[in-house]
Amino acid sequence: MSTSTSATSAAAAKSPGPVGVGDRLRLWWNQLSRPAQWGVGLPIILLIAAMPVIRPPLLTTPDTDFGAVMAQFGMYALLAIGLNVVVGSAGLLDLGYVGFYAVGAYTVGLLTSPDSPWNKTGADGFLSDKWAWLAVLPVAVAVTAISGLILGSPTLRLRGDYLAIVTLGFGEIVRLLADNLENTTGGGQGLSGIAYPRVGVTEANPFGIFSIGNTAEPFNSGLWWFWLSIVLIIVVLMFVGNLERSRVGRAWVAIREDEDAAEIMGVPTFKFKLWAFVIGASIGGLSGALYAGQVQFVVPTNFNVINSVLFLCAVVLGGQGNKLGVILGAFIIVYLPNRFLGIGDYKYLIFGLALMIMMVFRPQGLIPVRQKLLAYGRKIWQAAGRRSREEQS
Amino acid sequence: MSERDRPDHENPEFGQVERSEWDSEEAGTGRYEAQQASDADEAVVELGEFPPISELESVDLSDVDPALGDPKLVAEMVAAQRETHVEVGEALMQMRDVTMKFGGLVALDSVTFDIRRGEILGLIGPNGAGKTTCFNAMTGVYRPTSGSVAFDGVPLGRLKRNQITRRGIARTFQNIRLFGEMTALENVAVGTDARHRTSVPGALFRVPRHWREEQDALERGMALLEFVGIGQRATEKARNLPYGDQRRLEIARALATEPKLLCLDEPAAGFNPSEKSALMDLIRKIRDDGYTVLLIEHDMRLVMGVTDRIVVLEFGKKIAEGLPVDIRNNPAVIAAYLGVPDDATA
Ligand SMILES: Nc1ncnc2c1ncn2[C@@H]1O[C@H](COP(=O)(O)OP(=O)(O)OP(=O)(O)O)[C@@H](O)[C@H]1O
Ligand SMILES: [Mg+2]
Repeated sequence: MSTSTSATSAAAAKSPGPVGVGDRLRLWWNQLSRPAQWGVGLPIILLIAAMPVIRPPLLTTPDTDFGAVMAQFGMYALLAIGLNVVVGSAGLLDLGYVGFYAVGAYTVGLLTSPDSPWNKTGADGFLSDKWAWLAVLPVAVAVTAISGLILGSPTLRLRGDYLAIVTLGFGEIVRLLADNLENTTGGGQGLSGIAYPRVGVTEANPFGIFSIGNTAEPFNSGLWWFWLSIVLIIVVLMFVGNLERSRVGRAWVAIREDEDAAEIMGVPTFKFKLWAFVIGASIGGLSGALYAGQVQFVVPTNFNVINSVLFLCAVVLGGQGNKLGVILGAFIIVYLPNRFLGIGDYKYLIFGLALMIMMVFRPQGLIPVRQKLLAYGRKIWQAAGRRSREEQS
Repeated sequence: MSERDRPDHENPEFGQVERSEWDSEEAGTGRYEAQQASDADEAVVELGEFPPISELESVDLSDVDPALGDPKLVAEMVAAQRETHVEVGEALMQMRDVTMKFGGLVALDSVTFDIRRGEILGLIGPNGAGKTTCFNAMTGVYRPTSGSVAFDGVPLGRLKRNQITRRGIARTFQNIRLFGEMTALENVAVGTDARHRTSVPGALFRVPRHWREEQDALERGMALLEFVGIGQRATEKARNLPYGDQRRLEIARALATEPKLLCLDEPAAGFNPSEKSALMDLIRKIRDDGYTVLLIEHDMRLVMGVTDRIVVLEFGKKIAEGLPVDIRNNPAVIAAYLGVPDDATA
């Protein structure tokens, strides 16, 4: 029987604690109206989008093309957002997330690369060169979603460590398949000549602005892929946000907090875990499809399981459960090794150390989560904000 | 459901009238004099004192929804939505020969009892008697080793736990199990979702029905928080709430699933006398709103004061069942609680 007395209730009535800059910022943001939030957010997004054009001296990567680095950041940001749904919101430790990235990339590769037996482009295919990439993009997302469903249906009945191990196996299986099915995936040779959106064709750019051949400074192909990924990130964020601020997000967080209690409160836990898995997978597949289009070439070594750990690093460093946080995490993961090339070989060491330090000093991540799980939550926040402003004045 | 429908023995005043007698027998409870009896009829329960409200997170209810300022409207929003066509007093939950074994340990031994519609049934017994196990067998946490549990005429059999909840059984936990990182309101909203139909596609594209359900989650959630007396703490994380408020939040979350039967596992554990008395009022208020309540509680004064009938367990066996007044004078029960050897009472 419980031994607590009423003394606990007095002790638990803690003072509000110091109100940090972050909290003030959050409070201010929360009580802004939707248009006002866009009014503040849009210029910031535009500024970030313009970075590869402005190329601020200290910020750029001297040894690699900054546009390409930012394009990679865009893809990793998508991955982090997708993985965050699985790990951050629903609390399912997925160590094989790179598998979905690979499935998305290989779907595009298999359908559009001349090296693939299933190529649907060229003379005898039904996909026009111009639109092939865009046409297979939804296919790639759908195929990854189905792969998420297939992996999730049996494994999500497992919990904790078991789930981590099985997903780890999945990531490795996908890579091994890509490596060994030489007749279809090209094995270690990979698939080349993958389709990309062939738009903006000019004299100077005979293959269009998204082609890897577009090396015009600063509007090179990397920049265009970065901009494309920003658009996709915004779309994905809005959809994921809709899910989070609804019963779906509440179910996910409830499952993460206490799966049994959630089930007893009427949450169909398996169903919502599967949804988290499938949604996470499709976002990973989307990112993979972007990647395949950008580099026009896929090989199995790009999808080593160790990459899963890197993605996980982005999520944990940035702040599990916080969409903005994990995007920052993705930036760190991509930017640092490119900014300081010397890091390259040591990046797993450095990020591993960073993770350990974070776990000790800031386990909640750089931008800790404060999920909002109600569609009408703004009403509540505005009420809270009004009250606190009145009290201050 | 109104007071008139209730059979005599279910009159909430019933237990209170004679409880002083029990008090004198229960060592230690006598010193709580009935100082709180006066505020028993207040419409809005003030459960103890509010701790200082965090400057950042307190919510002015009338800002959210003006209706929340009015206790009558709140009670209406909270009241069970479902029509109860059946007569008060008919069996809602039937436990038949339920046996629950953990390896060699028999936690429940062929327990049989009914819970009747509209009553507050007390489930008492010494520590380890199997009360919580009984809850777990009802709510699908454990499958009984043998015997059957039927709710509302339907055997629960192999229903999943979340399906059982949607059939109308809700519970709280002996050791509080809130979703700590979620706000109080969000915790309750999870409960309201048990009655919501839209899922991922609806939420993704924000279909009108989804908006209505979200509106319901917010309004009914706030009303429930207000009903249990913690409306102002809606935006605080459950983890940061004081202990008593956490218990109240658990009750609100369980009520949010719109149960027919509400199971409370030691809701007053760790409460001081004034908090306990406020809780008793809340439990009565819940019953008067049309819910059936199953209450596990160790505090005899609270149990005798609030329940309509009582079932007593000891070592997994049901040793008595009846009106509080009978239970109080039942030699087997007294023996179980006071540890009198069996032969002395026989
Ligand atoms: N999951 C389990 N595995 C093994 N034994 C269990 C389990 N759950 C309960 N028991 C045992 O069953 C018996 C009844 O436990 P239960 O928790 O139902 O008692 P209780 O009446 O709720 O007691 P309390 O007043 O202390 O809460 C105890 O001996 C307990 O150790
Ligand atoms: Mg117990």
